[in-house]
Amino acid sequence: MADNLPNTPMLDELEKGKWPSFVKEIKMAAKHGPMAADLLGQLEQSYNEKIGHWKHGGIVGVMGYGGGVIGRYSDLPQKFPNISHFHTMRINQPAGWFYTTKALRSICDIWEKRGSGLTNMHGSTGDIILLGTTTDQLEPTFTDLQGIDFDIGGSGSDLRTPSCCCGMARCEWACYDTMALTYDLTMHYQDELHRPAFPYKFKFKMSGCPNDCVASIARADMSIIGTWRDEIQVDQDAVREYADRGLDIQSDVISNCPSKCMEWDGKELHIDNSFCVRCMHCINVMPKALRPGKDRGATILIGSKAPIIEGAFLSSVLFPFIKIEPPYDMIKDTVDKMWDVWCEEGKNRERIGEFIQRVGLGNFLDAIEIDPVPEMVAHPRENPYVFYEEYYEED
Amino acid sequence: MAEAMQERRTDYGPPHYEQFLPPIIKENYGKWKYHEVLKPGVMVHVSETDAKLYTVRAASGRLISIDKIRMFCDLADKYCDGYFRFTSRHNVEFLLSKQDNIEPLIADLAKIGHPIGGIGNAITSIVHTQGWVHCHSAATDASGLVKCVMDDLFEYFVETKLPGKLRIALACCLNMCGAVHCSDIAILGVHRRPPRVDHSTLRKMCEIPNVVASCPTAAVRPATVDGNPSVEVLEENCMFCANCYTVCPSMPLNDPLNDGVSIWIGGKVSNARHEPMFSKLAIPFIPNNPPRWPEVTTAIRNLVELWANNARKYERMGEWINRIGWPKFFKMSGIEFQKEHIDDFKHAGLTFKRSTHLTF
Repeated sequence: MADNLPNTPMLDELEKGKWPSFVKEIKMAAKHGPMAADLLGQLEQSYNEKIGHWKHGGIVGVMGYGGGVIGRYSDLPQKFPNISHFHTMRINQPAGWFYTTKALRSICDIWEKRGSGLTNMHGSTGDIILLGTTTDQLEPTFTDLQGIDFDIGGSGSDLRTPSCCCGMARCEWACYDTMALTYDLTMHYQDELHRPAFPYKFKFKMSGCPNDCVASIARADMSIIGTWRDEIQVDQDAVREYADRGLDIQSDVISNCPSKCMEWDGKELHIDNSFCVRCMHCINVMPKALRPGKDRGATILIGSKAPIIEGAFLSSVLFPFIKIEPPYDMIKDTVDKMWDVWCEEGKNRERIGEFIQRVGLGNFLDAIEIDPVPEMVAHPRENPYVFYEEYYEED
Repeated sequence: MAEAMQERRTDYGPPHYEQFLPPIIKENYGKWKYHEVLKPGVMVHVSETDAKLYTVRAASGRLISIDKIRMFCDLADKYCDGYFRFTSRHNVEFLLSKQDNIEPLIADLAKIGHPIGGIGNAITSIVHTQGWVHCHSAATDASGLVKCVMDDLFEYFVETKLPGKLRIALACCLNMCGAVHCSDIAILGVHRRPPRVDHSTLRKMCEIPNVVASCPTAAVRPATVDGNPSVEVLEENCMFCANCYTVCPSMPLNDPLNDGVSIWIGGKVSNARHEPMFSKLAIPFIPNNPPRWPEVTTAIRNLVELWANNARKYERMGEWINRIGWPKFFKMSGIEFQKEHIDDFKHAGLTFKRSTHLTF
């Protein structure tokens, strides 16, 4: 521990307990310089007063980039001069959050020299977050990062850093190569990622199966969720082994099936795959016996977001099933068309899901030249006020 | 300078992930056949080539120092040939090809204060935001509240004794940079005092038409104050979304007397069994009580235990409540049903009970 630490009786309480303590982390970082100690002091004051002490944003960045750096200034700069600037840098994580210790040690060395020594592994969008540095260190930090081939991520009204689950690297349920698609889209859209030119943010999240480990259906403007369209692969011997080892297949598996498409006669599991909704429950319960089918791809859904401002949305279906294979032209063509319409007609701070609600999904589909299909809706409209665009007139 | 600019690289993107994959993953990429949970916090993935990859998942705060990252690196060098990863919920995962290394690694993790768990029917790390550590719009702290909740629920991280998965998330304001709105339990910081307009700075710092347009309920109107252009707030129309503050620093909502925490429950993102669901309001407001937020940790423990004691196997919080009905939930939980529980924004009517399907 550093010996320059302020008196923090409130925060010291949070060093107790079995869960890893962020206060210990801040104290460890304090030995690399005065920023973390001042952060601790200001945070203690927030705990006493029950209010934050950060000023509202501020435009800072590195040359040639419009995003990726979040400006942050203390509103108590006289008292805590070492965090009068305390900017965040978002660094584009490698897909799937896999690292070598060599790469992470290099990042640590840079951040020891250039910043507070504090990080988030990782931020909500998926980036490596380097937490807290001064304006004059932003450009040198970026120069150092270039030396180890790490680039800056997104922020503001731009494409946010795409992220994905670990996919085929460590999961038998990955229905497409999430990491390959994430890397490809990230590289293809570098300009959109680094230079905010959208009405508001846009997020891609890639999940390999309907378990959706990266919550893409809740927080991505385009959610790409792996699925399959042929039959669940069944190993009947392994099913019987589960039963022999005490799994109650009737109550644990069959009665939890949302589409009631399975039967168990005590010897064989029968699945009517034409009614299976690919929910994953039976596969989750018996991973040794059941596997997703072989004809794999993804369902693409659009428009989810947190509440600001029209309320929270879940993504809804755009393509019920497409194959996900390089060079991913169908995805890119669709994205380009969506962005064209949204950038032209969208209002300031309007997410694409809100835009679609405002103009109507039908009209949006017309604009991006996609035919409507019943998989796009939970049910057809209940309200009879149809906006017909044309009518006949007598000659 | 011109020369330096020419050499300066931009838009080269993240490093390719392949260089960070351990050899066993490269060899078995896309060939994984099944996995088994060996014990809490440890699982094995078996490949079609019969290769076995062991994963040890350890808790980690989202806010960590470079010292801690280096400690993780030391362990990965010692046990995992220099490779490791993080999960989507801030956990750290060590990937081992030698089963014998599992227990020594776990012992070393314990020495640096990082328990293993969070796999299967457990509560895993809380996805959360920055709070008072780094955000201007926070209505509560994030890291501290998460620490208190996980200290209290620790047993459910290191053991797998719950009926199903339980996912907790925390966002320190309605901006929800942590997108908590589809969690089994969401802890959401809320403001409850309308913005106080700083007329002396607004004209310099904000574009008035943008500020007015930012309000979803038209509560912000242009006004002339002391002869200067500014805005006024119709306080009865304010629903505390803070969108005006996001576009204009002169409209702060932060207020120690009125800021606090709300608790939302029953959301999920997975498609397993039932479709993904939003979280619904359980407790409208609990005041901030740092450093330990005992009222919040007690409320959450009560919710977890009520669900754990009553849900069927695999049933997530929302699936359980949908089966028993919300009136029963309120009765069983002892939470008072209040006006705030009834939606009054767009499409609110879709959330009203529109049938006689009621239990008594």
